[in-house]
Amino acid sequence: MGQQTDEREGAGQVEVRTRRWSVSLVWIVPILAILIGASLVVRNWMQQGPVIAISFHSGEGLVAGKTQVKYRSVVIGEVTTVDLADDKKSVVAKVQLTDDARAFAAQGARFWVVRPRIGMGGISGVDTLLSGSFIGADSGESKVPEKTFVGLELPPPITFDEKGKRFFLTASDLGSLDVGSSIYYRKIPVGEVVSFALQDDGKGVEIGVFVQAPYDSFVTADSRFWNASGVDMQIGANGLKVDTESLSSILVGGLAFGSPDFAPQAEPAADQARFQLFADRDSALAPPNGQAQYLQLRFDQAMRGLSVGAPVEFKGVEFGRVTSIKLDYDAERQSFPVVVDAVVYPQRLGPVHRKMLAVFKHTEGDVDGARRLIGTFVEHGLRAQARSGNLITGQMFISLDFYPDTPKVAFDMAANPITIPTLPGSLEQLQEQLQRVVERIAKLPLESIASNLDGSLRELRASLKQFNGQTLPDVKVALDEMHKTLRTANAAISEDSPQRERMGETLDELERMSRSLRDLADYLGRHPESLIRGRPKAAGAAELEP
Amino acid sequence: MNYPANADQLGLCLCHGCGQACDLSSSAHICTRCGAAIHRRKANAIARGWAFLLAALVFYIPANLLPVMHTEMLGSGSESTIGGGVLEFWEAGAWDIALIIFIASVGVPAIKFFSLGLLLFTVQHRSTWACRQRSQLYRLVELIGYWSMLDVMVVALVAALVQLRGLGTIEPRVGILFFGLVVVLTMLSAMSFDPRLIWDSHANEGRPH
Repeated sequence: MGQQTDEREGAGQVEVRTRRWSVSLVWIVPILAILIGASLVVRNWMQQGPVIAISFHSGEGLVAGKTQVKYRSVVIGEVTTVDLADDKKSVVAKVQLTDDARAFAAQGARFWVVRPRIGMGGISGVDTLLSGSFIGADSGESKVPEKTFVGLELPPPITFDEKGKRFFLTASDLGSLDVGSSIYYRKIPVGEVVSFALQDDGKGVEIGVFVQAPYDSFVTADSRFWNASGVDMQIGANGLKVDTESLSSILVGGLAFGSPDFAPQAEPAADQARFQLFADRDSALAPPNGQAQYLQLRFDQAMRGLSVGAPVEFKGVEFGRVTSIKLDYDAERQSFPVVVDAVVYPQRLGPVHRKMLAVFKHTEGDVDGARRLIGTFVEHGLRAQARSGNLITGQMFISLDFYPDTPKVAFDMAANPITIPTLPGSLEQLQEQLQRVVERIAKLPLESIASNLDGSLRELRASLKQFNGQTLPDVKVALDEMHKTLRTANAAISEDSPQRERMGETLDELERMSRSLRDLADYLGRHPESLIRGRPKAAGAAELEP
Repeated sequence: MNYPANADQLGLCLCHGCGQACDLSSSAHICTRCGAAIHRRKANAIARGWAFLLAALVFYIPANLLPVMHTEMLGSGSESTIGGGVLEFWEAGAWDIALIIFIASVGVPAIKFFSLGLLLFTVQHRSTWACRQRSQLYRLVELIGYWSMLDVMVVALVAALVQLRGLGTIEPRVGILFFGLVVVLTMLSAMSFDPRLIWDSHANEGRPH
């Protein structure tokens, strides 16, 4: 080029201007290229989000550089490496997140491998059969950055931002529930079980449930949750009872909730509220128990058919149950009474209880007051009775009722628990009545009756012998006589006997006589004066004719 | 080397338009017959060559780093870069295909960069080293230039053909654009280079004789 300039020193302005112009133009190209490249680098750098490490139990389905991380089916990152953890107990997948997925690199974010799964509750992740597994993600609430995560083995049942409420239920055992078991409200699935854990003291189970958004408002402060798992079959004093929620809940278990009818319209329950999980619908929807009252009943007869848990009723309203049945020995009476302990909840009687409290000016929970009240009742004839609730199964229940005719019994105010006097059960009463009949029969003088009867029978036999020996021959003679007489009579009235002939004549005579008598009567009817005057001469025989 | 005097030494220049031999020492650089602008050599050849080569080099980086193709088969999508594709074929045992792709998409541009760089450098320093070989090298560069678009063609063809909706689709990605730009820029660089410059320094050296 130097040579060129040398040669063109005299070329003038045109040459110089042209060259300077072309130089500045052509160098735009690499500058532009560098700018584009730089912008690409910057954009790429800015788009790169944080790198996080997720440890999984197994690396099944995870491919470095291929497996994607998805949230709501949108790719938010990619697995860059899959390595064994240092302790060789898990697999660590490094994930390069995109910039807009920065929120997922924070505490509380959850990751799990989406694989095809077939469970009792349904089939999920079918699309991964063809496309291969991917990592599902769910962000958490926290904003505290976090780089290492432990991947879940199962997809979380609910995602972070799903609308609804979480509740906690306490139960004595888990039953057949599992994570994913449905929650039903009026038989409509409205949520599911999301977690369960033993309580810290191991004395119960805490079940976390999630109720989806519009339905969560139906969970009110006085809602009751009950276990709707499987088929609930009960054979009790009330007979056979089968209760199910849905086919799916029979297979995988489920919960149901509802509000008892008597409950006032309460506010929707707060998030994270705690509820008790009842074993079944009936106990869940039963009126609130209120103060428990313990009763003791001593029965003198056998309590076969009465089981722990049998209902205690007052005038047919169930308000308690039997808690224990023990055999006792009464040294004074040398008998073995059955001691039945029962717990009753007077509040279950509903308005009765409230009215009673008002009338007797008791406050709830006043134990002595309740004691006095029951004492008064016993004075008025309150008695406990074991009755047969079901004739087929023979189940018994305890019935409290008033029997004013029963003899008075002293009520022990100090006894704890309160002891209510008992009456024999209805069957026992029947037995007793039968007993009395039998006893009366036993008291009859059967011996003397029998000996008397024996004498009479002997006399009867003597009489009969006499009758046979003496009377019967006479009778035979008499019969023979009669026979003879009859034969004579027969001969007398036979067809050609003179007696019969004569009888015929007599009869003819009689006929004639009656005819003439009739004529006479007719004549007299026409001529009554003839009785006085006699028959007129003129009158011929013709006149006699009617 | 005994060559007849070249046009430059005689102060002559062929018109690009009509082939008229013009006297460069006379007035303006305009053909006396057809009026077209005439240049002794391609204008600003070395600067243009360097500029285009540099731009091509810059674009060569994203062309190799960015994905050139997005393959979606039965719901599973993957993006492939040129290097990744070569490796995939190599690992799959198709070393011949891998070799072809490697030569077409990595080897050829690399050869072009090296050759053009060498040519530009030597010309700039008025080297008289291996002029004939350098001329051959330039012709080689021009020749293989036509084949550099192989990758772009493959991606364009495949993307046009494989559009099976749900089953599978292949879409071009931004990497192939950069790759195409690399090819275009290297071709521009080669075009703006004037092979006569190789001999200019030789001629200058020889001029005193």
